[in-house]
Amino acid sequence: MVYENPDGIRIGLEVHVQLNKLKTKLFCGCSTEYHDSEPNTHVCPVCLGLPGSLPVLNEKAVEFAIKVGLALNCSIVEQTQFHRKNYYYPDLPKNFQTTQYDFPIAANGKIIIEGEDGEHVVGITRAHIEEDPARLQHMGTIDRSKGTLINYNRSGMTLIEIVSEPDMRSPKEARRYLEKLKSILDYLGVFDGDLEGAMKADANVSVFWGDRVEVKNISSFKGLERALVYEIMRQKNHIRRGGEIVMETRHFDEARGVTISMRTKEEEHDYRYFPEPDLVPLRVADWVPGIRETLPELPDAKRERFMEQYGLGETHARALTTEIKVANFFEEVAAKVDPKDAAVWVSDILKGELNYRELSIDAFTVEDIVAVVELVTGNKITEQSGVEIIRTVLDDGGKPQDIVEKKGLLKVEDDIVATAVEEAIAENPDAVADYLGGKEKSLNFIVGKVMQKTKGRADAREAREKVLAKLNE
Amino acid sequence: MITKEEVEHVGWLARIEIDAKESDAYAEKLNSVLDYFGQLDEVDTEGVKPTYHVADIVNVFRKDEVTESMPQEDVLANTEHKQEGNFKAPKIM
Repeated sequence: MVYENPDGIRIGLEVHVQLNKLKTKLFCGCSTEYHDSEPNTHVCPVCLGLPGSLPVLNEKAVEFAIKVGLALNCSIVEQTQFHRKNYYYPDLPKNFQTTQYDFPIAANGKIIIEGEDGEHVVGITRAHIEEDPARLQHMGTIDRSKGTLINYNRSGMTLIEIVSEPDMRSPKEARRYLEKLKSILDYLGVFDGDLEGAMKADANVSVFWGDRVEVKNISSFKGLERALVYEIMRQKNHIRRGGEIVMETRHFDEARGVTISMRTKEEEHDYRYFPEPDLVPLRVADWVPGIRETLPELPDAKRERFMEQYGLGETHARALTTEIKVANFFEEVAAKVDPKDAAVWVSDILKGELNYRELSIDAFTVEDIVAVVELVTGNKITEQSGVEIIRTVLDDGGKPQDIVEKKGLLKVEDDIVATAVEEAIAENPDAVADYLGGKEKSLNFIVGKVMQKTKGRADAREAREKVLAKLNE
Repeated sequence: MITKEEVEHVGWLARIEIDAKESDAYAEKLNSVLDYFGQLDEVDTEGVKPTYHVADIVNVFRKDEVTESMPQEDVLANTEHKQEGNFKAPKIM
């Protein structure tokens, strides 16, 4: 089946990724660990733009950027340099942003996403290095602001701006693209996607193959989809009423879920880009082979391997390879128990419980999940008890074995179940008669009695089978 | 030729207020600067690569090692407009 894209939707994304796994900023030695710090405590003359200060490029930042470029299947430029993008706004105290212009570090790549009709290729136009601006906080609401507070801790952090081709054909594909990008970057170990400001997106959207509108200020995956759904609807309605879509920039208001037209911004030529005289050119193409060797197995390759090596279905393999930490966790578990059991317990059960509590895989140990799986597959506890143990470990702490004892979760012996079945049948002749008379529901009642007698430690499915067998004797 | 309007536009980009009288004067001055630089166009640069730096050096880096940042009070020392450790600017948008 080929997706027809009936509304002629084209979406391209510009994603800003903060390389926050670097220890220092892009052009100065200020620490990148500012997230829980007082304002303006991680700044120096360089990132504060004080007169006479000079930037010196972080070697590791260039390495990371090349790594990202290679992971996105880009070619790496032979020689490049930085440019000044001039604009007057207090988020950058120098009155320009140091960025790349005509020679981005990486270009012409692609990634594969799960599209509307299966695998879908999204082209990567370019990826370039630039500095992050400061954080501005408006006092009061944006239209009735009393002033703006400026914290330069973020100023000068390393960003990679990744620009895609307008290859996404629905908001869902755009979200999938963002998820895939996040997954790849997570594998590369260049950023922590959970930190505030780690990933931000601007979107270019057009309908009926028309002119594009840029939507800015999208800061979450959910926000992206909502912003795009709204903007596509707005454009379609506008055209239906006889209007025309003009190229413009709109601002996504997350609280209200709408996009708002912004005043005409400076045109590109108004940024008066020119080569940054304080930084010398880069000639780093010879780094590429060495960096390529350090590239880890990426999500697509890992997914294929999981399917082949562990005999997993695609859904499990995909769920287990989105985050590198989860993938590594799974492999450790799969080394100790049957990989298919490992997949079910890690992907379907543990991840569900973790997501529900907004916890990462770090909140659980390999040892504990192995213990749970062994208890269940060794027929010592029921699956339901296994889930209960996971919940207890997450909510109250403790080790699986202790929880089994404390809560008395060990499955009762078969003969105890058998006795309970006999008793339940003997004590409830009405229910038995009802069942034999065709009332299916009465069976549940008898099984319930068995569970009561065994204090819930019998396996409900087994109990049901035993009751049935007894009644049909 | 730089027009009066262009002078005003460039002034706006730099957030500098330029009134009508000034813009005429600036247009004239800027045009004479441009004319002067225009002489460079007379040089034959056929086959010459663009020069961004006079020194032919590339790849100047520093290691990814943390150096000390400034104390917050020094960072804010040059402004009267501050609040809770932030710089305070007039409302923006």
